[in-house]
Amino acid sequence: MQWETVIGLEIHTQLATCSKIFSGSSTAFGAAPNTQASLIDLAMPGVLPVLNRDAVRMAVRFGKAIDAQVAERSVFARKNYFYPDLPKGYQISQYELPIVGEGAVEIRLEDDVCKTVGVTRAHLEEDAGKSLHEDFQGLTGIDLNRAGTPLLEIVSEPDMRSAREAVAYAKKIYQIVTYIGICDGNMQEGSFRMDANVSIRPKGQAEFGTRAELKNINSFRFLEKAINFEVERQIEVLEDGGKVVQETRLYDANKDETRSMRSKEEANDYRYFPDPDLLPVEIDQAFIDEVVAEMPELPDARRARFEAGYGLSAYDADVLTSSRTQANYFETAAQIAGDAKLTANWVMGELAAALNKTGAEIDDSPVDAPALGQLVARISDNTISGKIAKDVFAAMWEGEGSADAVIEAKGLKQITDSGAIEALVDEVLAANPGQVENYRAADPAKQPKMLGFFVGQIMKKSQGKANPQQVNALLRQKLGA
Amino acid sequence: MSLSSDDVAKIAHLARLALEPNECETLGRELSKILDLVAQMDEVETASVMPMAHPLEMAQRLRPDEVGESDRRARYQANAPAVEDGLFLVPKVIE
Amino acid sequence: MHDKTLTQLAAAMSAGELSSVELTHLMLQRIAAQDAALNSFVSVTEEAALAQAKVADERRAAGDAGPLTGIPIAHKDIFCTQDVLTSCGSRMLENFIAPYDATVVANLQAAGAVMLGKTNMDEFAMGSSNETSYFGPVRNPWDTETVPGGSSGGSAAAVAARLCVAATGTDTGGSIRQPAALTGITGLKPTYGRCSRWGMVAFASSLDQAGPMTRSAEDAALMLAGMAGFDERDSTSAQRPVDDYAAALSNPVKGVRIGVVQEFMGEGLAAGVASSVTAALDELRRLGAEIVEVSLPNAGLSVPAYYVVAPAECSSNLARFDGVRYGHRCADPSDLEDLYKRSRSEGFGPEVKRRIMIGTYALSAGYYDAYYLKAQKVRQLIAKDFRQAFEQCDVIASPTTPDTAFRLGDKADDPVSMYLQDIYTIAVNLAGLPALSIPAPASGGMPVGLQLIGEVFDEARLLNVAHQLQSVTDWHQQAPAGFE
Repeated sequence: MQWETVIGLEIHTQLATCSKIFSGSSTAFGAAPNTQASLIDLAMPGVLPVLNRDAVRMAVRFGKAIDAQVAERSVFARKNYFYPDLPKGYQISQYELPIVGEGAVEIRLEDDVCKTVGVTRAHLEEDAGKSLHEDFQGLTGIDLNRAGTPLLEIVSEPDMRSAREAVAYAKKIYQIVTYIGICDGNMQEGSFRMDANVSIRPKGQAEFGTRAELKNINSFRFLEKAINFEVERQIEVLEDGGKVVQETRLYDANKDETRSMRSKEEANDYRYFPDPDLLPVEIDQAFIDEVVAEMPELPDARRARFEAGYGLSAYDADVLTSSRTQANYFETAAQIAGDAKLTANWVMGELAAALNKTGAEIDDSPVDAPALGQLVARISDNTISGKIAKDVFAAMWEGEGSADAVIEAKGLKQITDSGAIEALVDEVLAANPGQVENYRAADPAKQPKMLGFFVGQIMKKSQGKANPQQVNALLRQKLGA
Repeated sequence: MSLSSDDVAKIAHLARLALEPNECETLGRELSKILDLVAQMDEVETASVMPMAHPLEMAQRLRPDEVGESDRRARYQANAPAVEDGLFLVPKVIE
Repeated sequence: MHDKTLTQLAAAMSAGELSSVELTHLMLQRIAAQDAALNSFVSVTEEAALAQAKVADERRAAGDAGPLTGIPIAHKDIFCTQDVLTSCGSRMLENFIAPYDATVVANLQAAGAVMLGKTNMDEFAMGSSNETSYFGPVRNPWDTETVPGGSSGGSAAAVAARLCVAATGTDTGGSIRQPAALTGITGLKPTYGRCSRWGMVAFASSLDQAGPMTRSAEDAALMLAGMAGFDERDSTSAQRPVDDYAAALSNPVKGVRIGVVQEFMGEGLAAGVASSVTAALDELRRLGAEIVEVSLPNAGLSVPAYYVVAPAECSSNLARFDGVRYGHRCADPSDLEDLYKRSRSEGFGPEVKRRIMIGTYALSAGYYDAYYLKAQKVRQLIAKDFRQAFEQCDVIASPTTPDTAFRLGDKADDPVSMYLQDIYTIAVNLAGLPALSIPAPASGGMPVGLQLIGEVFDEARLLNVAHQLQSVTDWHQQAPAGFE
């Protein structure tokens, strides 16, 4: 039997507001337990929620970024269930009337094939607190600092057909929410969490199979592994004549498997109803216009602009726009360097390698965008060769100063004086009469390769500082004579 | 409308209330009576009526995104039945 | 002195005839001497009250006094009061010391009112007799074998018995007006959104509203002015200025159209109450009001709709009482479920459990449309009835309750008959309108209430009509024997 996988994702993005969605507590990560839990977050008797304007603004920004309907009127509802990290005994969420309606995103798969994935809806809700299972004499500790952090839950259509597609979609959403500045994207801190609804069906069958929900996955790698494991598990169950049970499963990264959660809400009857403490959220055109006006350029538009405006390849443009910080870095550097293509090579080559090696983020790079731009400019204006530039970059990385300072201090300035270069050329030709003879006798097709020997000798003599173009030109002239 | 003891037990569980067996029976009778009262609503046709969630014809007011709270943990935990290292303690949560 | 109204006492203090400390002492003495018979207070905050009185006297001396400065009042124990027990009449909050003040409490404190203590109430405001309180029933000062009504029964009894000058109450389905009627005082439920709900322990969020309980409409005007106002911490708080209620009191009643609700004057209404209400209406007619008949055809469905909406909201509002962060926690819970179930079952009384159960059921899968959605639609019909009635009148009138105070225990075993106590008051909450209850002539020696209902934010007119009636009658000046 050939099976087809069907995947839909629910992505919880923590919105990058300073304060919580319904209270004035800080949303900063990592504070001592319960020091950022206000009366409202603790659900003290008599407290009431008031909605954070920026949370609404960010949700609308996302809606406009994926070309979705933004609801003129959306309603908060209560999702009722008991859990110790949920202080009110209900979560304030949106149910029947979410703030963002249907939209879509385009994902690119490895062979440059594009696919559109539908977004069913995105709604605002509050995050829960955290249960800490360290040992308190066999008890669990509850920290409510996270309770009330604004979340935008982005729900996709069941449009994905493989773990890879799911990852590509998740990465696309990640790219969008970080680009438009509504999420800090810190996955270790739980700013971007994914649930995957996974089912399989015989290829060609129209109706969906029974799905399992894989909860709370916080890395793209785990998402792929969890889905792949789950698909294999479901195939095994069905091929053994069994039935897939609709349930919530947890991915265990250590064991690389999914397992059934001990029925967190066995009855699963959330008794949604409109929250009477909150009124309908009404969004008018002026509000939307304001949001659109502050919308940064979106990744797809930026990629197209990089291709057309800077003459970059599709691949380069894609890589450089994968994150907003990287794209910003590139643009700043390219403007100073004056050579976009060369800058692109440096950002994706030397810089990426150095960052990768130290594990630093591009924002924290010891060589910032203007500094790299200046270095690239020195290559373009022939002050140094590309090869020497790598040494200069290494020195800059170690904090030895700007490109110009390093070049000056180490005397790396390229030799472009034609008299000096001619002297070097003459010296090398005189020292290697046999090679000169061989060259002149050789098949012209092989000559360019043979030229390399002389270039190497000259560069060695000049400690890499001779301008390679000039060296090449002079050599050809002299050897040809 | 009449609620069985089973119905009552199911609702009690959703509401996280522990009921004695005899309570289930009494509550079942009382709740059924209340539901009979409630059922009077069926006398009126409401198919074309807009539900009214709220007496106010107002939209939600939006608050500026500002941090206005400081750490008052000690004060807020003064009523807590069990606290350690600033955490509220509950019986082990199994996930 | 204790028999004087707020208005009179404020004038006496202004004239330097009386200090707040003296008056506060007097009230504290009365509570100590008389409340054992009533059980109207859950806590008396003597020390804090005297300290506040002293500050009030200083304010007055400094020329910084308003009409409420130095007036000893009591708060229903549903309002959070910082560093003071806030029990809500429940074992669940038997030891809960609120870490903050409700806005209504803070507003009154800012106006200089002195808090004597917290008054008894039906548990979580669920009840119409004050018998559901964990701290025992409150007795009606007019006849201590009868109930004072509820849920603001403690506030009503304390005001009626002259143990405080005025008190706060809350009204979700009649909880200010019904006890005001049964104890012969003036009680006002303002328009939904007029008083902030911040710090008021929620029962049914779309219905709850705080209001004053006083001995006259004039006093109620002063109290409401002190309590009301926009509050940015309550999303449902109305962003409109507070009217000058006191200034409107003296408007003539002549020409005001008063619509009497036909449906509320017939079957089910005790004959004595009917004739009292008619007598009060006659008096209004003599003042020049035009009495007309109006109809609220769907009002009969208000109790059924209410017993879906209020329990549904309460089942969710009371989910936070789980024994984790505050409130009652059972001993030695074996696991999480045991912690929840036993803490809640031990902490809540039978009426609260009944309502949580009904509400949980009404919201549960498969029943939402039949109950909750249906009730919201009926609510719409009721609101529409009122809108239509107000096309023919300026103020709507009816009895507040079907009968005078009943005996303790009489309805305790029959929840539905208890619920029907609020048959004339509940529709007002569903529609969010303002309404007050003022004394009509007593029937059989027991107080009777006349209910006046206004259009949204028309509190000034209600108080005006009530005050004009009270200017020519003395029904509101009657004091229960033994508490004069």
